[in-house]
Amino acid sequence: MSETASDTAPAPTGAPVPTHAELFFAFVRITVSGFGGTLPWTRRMFVEQKRWLTAQEFNDVYALCQFLPGPNIVNLTSVFGSRMLGPTGALAAWCGFLLVPFCVMLAASILYDRYGDVEYVRRVLAGMAPAAAGLIIATVGKMAGPMFRSFGPAPFVVLATAVAIGLLRWPLLWVMLVLVPVSIGLAWWTRR
Amino acid sequence: MKADGDLLVTLALQFAVMSLLALGGANAVVPEMHRFAVESRGWVSEREFADMFAISQAAPGPNVMIVTLIGYHIAGFAGALVTTLAMCGPTAVLAHFVGRVWDRFKDAPWRAAIQAGLVPISVGLVGASAIVLTQAANRSWLAVVLTVATAATAYWTRWNPLWLIAVAGLTGLTGLI
Repeated sequence: MSETASDTAPAPTGAPVPTHAELFFAFVRITVSGFGGTLPWTRRMFVEQKRWLTAQEFNDVYALCQFLPGPNIVNLTSVFGSRMLGPTGALAAWCGFLLVPFCVMLAASILYDRYGDVEYVRRVLAGMAPAAAGLIIATVGKMAGPMFRSFGPAPFVVLATAVAIGLLRWPLLWVMLVLVPVSIGLAWWTRR
Repeated sequence: MKADGDLLVTLALQFAVMSLLALGGANAVVPEMHRFAVESRGWVSEREFADMFAISQAAPGPNVMIVTLIGYHIAGFAGALVTTLAMCGPTAVLAHFVGRVWDRFKDAPWRAAIQAGLVPISVGLVGASAIVLTQAANRSWLAVVLTVATAATAYWTRWNPLWLIAVAGLTGLTGLI
């Protein structure tokens, strides 16, 4: 196990290395308890409970997964599984992470398709939808908070992105093609 | 629920491309999903989109699973499978390979600049999602109150978000919203 791990990248210092099954079921557990988003639960299990990663290492892996396109947390399963146990570890983590949610969402899809227009279901969803939007607002607040408390170009990039995509509804591809180089350039400039 | 080949290919391409543009994760491309499924194709209504997002938030698992709901709604079981794999597969393979070499550039100044430059964009994209979802979900003043109250509670407390959604669902059950 340790050889596989050292082939790819160093395991977190002083941390126990999980087996494939442990990895698979850790992610199954995270998805079962991860109501309203899995990131807090993943962090809790990796950093606080299992201590497979330090807070700093978790932030580093998360930063990488923010740099990478795609669903962060799914990428995180792949990067983390891959670091612990190579490609098969990535696959074990990925499968563990997607198995239950896919089945659950399939069931939810069938139920929504059939009962989505029933009066009481409508009422409950009409209450849940605004709350779900509120949760995202809180997430943005938590993410943006540190940026808006420091000097630098970051707050302007946050606002420009939110306005272009959220209010003006410009196509994502074109906005990215302009803002990504500009933001990286500004970050490079202010760092020197 | 028809699931002809052309439709599935369209969904696969659309969601695979979307996943490659999803800087900052699934919540970052909620506006793009909305543009595609609601505004441009008309496959999903504004209300259904808000419902699906709420369900994906309340259900266990990652928020990206909204693509399973959208896929099923458009093309049944095959659609659900295609959108889920297209959204989660390619970038996970990419992540595996990049994750292996990423640490070698730990001290490279360009790496730090790329990270520092991309984080505010991903935050801005999630901000855009918040705007799109707030507009889609709020059809009454009481709904706006619910949004604000949930946002404030989630921001200032460490309560499990499930409880907040459950309370909101019960509030909705009274028929006030």
